[in-house]
Amino acid sequence: MVGAGMVGAACAYYCAEAGLRVGVVERGAVASGTTSAGEGNILVSDKEPGPELDLALLSLRLWTSLGERVADGFELDPKGGVVVARTPAALSGLTSLAAGQRAAGVTAEVVDPTELEPRLTREVAGGVHYPQDMQVQPMLAAAALLRHARSLGATVHTGTSVLAFRRGGDGGITGLRTSAGDLDAQWVINAAGTWGGEIAELAGAPVPVLPRRGFILVTQPLPPSVIRHKVYSADYVANVASSDATLETSVVVEGTRAGTVLIGASRERVGFDRTMSLPVLRKLAAQAVGLFPFLAEVDLLRSYVGFRPYCPDHLPVIGPDPRVPGLVHACGHEGAGIGLAAATGHLIAQSLTGATPELDLSPFRPDRFAAEVVS
Amino acid sequence: MSFLFDGKEIAADASQSIGAALIAAGYRSWHTTRHLGAPRGIFCGIGICFDCLVIVNGRPNQRACLTEARDGDEVCAQEGTGHG
Repeated sequence: MVGAGMVGAACAYYCAEAGLRVGVVERGAVASGTTSAGEGNILVSDKEPGPELDLALLSLRLWTSLGERVADGFELDPKGGVVVARTPAALSGLTSLAAGQRAAGVTAEVVDPTELEPRLTREVAGGVHYPQDMQVQPMLAAAALLRHARSLGATVHTGTSVLAFRRGGDGGITGLRTSAGDLDAQWVINAAGTWGGEIAELAGAPVPVLPRRGFILVTQPLPPSVIRHKVYSADYVANVASSDATLETSVVVEGTRAGTVLIGASRERVGFDRTMSLPVLRKLAAQAVGLFPFLAEVDLLRSYVGFRPYCPDHLPVIGPDPRVPGLVHACGHEGAGIGLAAATGHLIAQSLTGATPELDLSPFRPDRFAAEVVS
Repeated sequence: MSFLFDGKEIAADASQSIGAALIAAGYRSWHTTRHLGAPRGIFCGIGICFDCLVIVNGRPNQRACLTEARDGDEVCAQEGTGHG
C-alpha cells in the first residue's frame, strides 16, 4: 500500500485479513494527509443513486461490522444525518432526491427538522432524516485498522517516500524503490489519496486526481446534546456534485465526541494552496449561524484546511490497472474517502485474492478517463 | 481600578489582562476541565490553548489571557464548557 491514510489503512486491514502479506509505505505519518483534514463522515445522505451510493451502502455495513470487530475504539457514532431545506423549492428537490435514494436502499424520512434539532433556526421549509449516516474519528480509525493489520503480520513504514516502481521483464511491477530501500511486491496499491495522481504518474499509468480545498471551523466544546446529528443544508448535495472551480460553500454542522462542533464545508480548486482564507471562514461561520442562531455566541478554537482527492467524474478510482500489471488503485474518493474506505479495502482484497468483488468495479476503473482529461 | 473575581475584589492596572491580574493576586487556576474537573489556569498565555477560560459579566469561555480587565467587571471561575 502506498499511503497510510484511511483508505490505505482499510486496504491493509482487509488484505491482511484475507491472508496477504502487506507492507504500507507512507511518506509522512499515519493519517497525515486528507484523513486528518475532514469530519470523519460515513454518509449515504449526500449521494445520488448510482455507483457511489452502492459503494457507500456496502461501506456502511462494513463500518458497522468493523466497529464491532476492531477492539480499539474509534468513536464510531451512528448519529444520523438531518438535511434541512430552507425554501419550498429546496424541499421539493430534497424530497425527490430522497425518493430516489429510498429506491436504492437508503432509509430517508421526511421530517420536521426542528423536532430532531431543537436549536435549529425556525426558518426552514422542511427536512429529511437519514438515520444510517454515521461519523467516525478518522485518525483513530486509521490507526486502529493499521494496528490490527500489524497484528496479522503487516509492516508499516512511515517517513518513507516512494522513489520509483521496480519492473520485471514484462513491464509488470515487482516492487518499489523507496527512501528506505527496496521492497518486493506482487501488487502495489495506490492509496495516496489526493497525491494518487503523482503515484500513478510515477507508475506510468496516469489518473486525474486533483485537489479540491476545504476549510473546517472548530468551536469551543459544547454540551453533547446541543447538536445531535450531522446537520446540513440541502444545497450541499448539489455542491458536492458540481465541478465549478470557484468557491462554493454549503453549511454542514455537527458535534464530536470531544464536544467541539465542526463547521464546513467549502470547495475550491486552487491547487495545493494552504493559505488561510478569512473570507471563506467568515462565510462558513455566517452560514452556520444561519442554521443554528445560538452559534453566534460561541467562540471558535481554530480552523483547519485540507484537500479532497477529486476526479473529474466525482467517482473514485478502484481496482487493478490494465495498463500496468501489478498496479492497483484505491484513491480519488473526494470528500467521501473515510466513508468509502471500508468498501474500498474489502473490494481490493477480494480482487487481489481472486474472489469476485461484491460490487461491480467497472464504474471505478482506472483507465476510464479520456486521454485529453489526463494530460 | 478593580474587578470582582468570584466576589473578591482584585486590583488591576490599566490595559492588564484578567489573567495577569489574577496571577498577580496569587491565583494559579480558575477553570476546570470538562471531563475530569482538573484545574487549569494560564498555560500558553497567548490565546491558543483555551485553558484559562473565565466567565466575564455572565459570558462564558472568555480567555483570561486575552481579555482586558475593566473596572467593575464581574469575573467568575468556569467549570467545564461553561454551558451548565
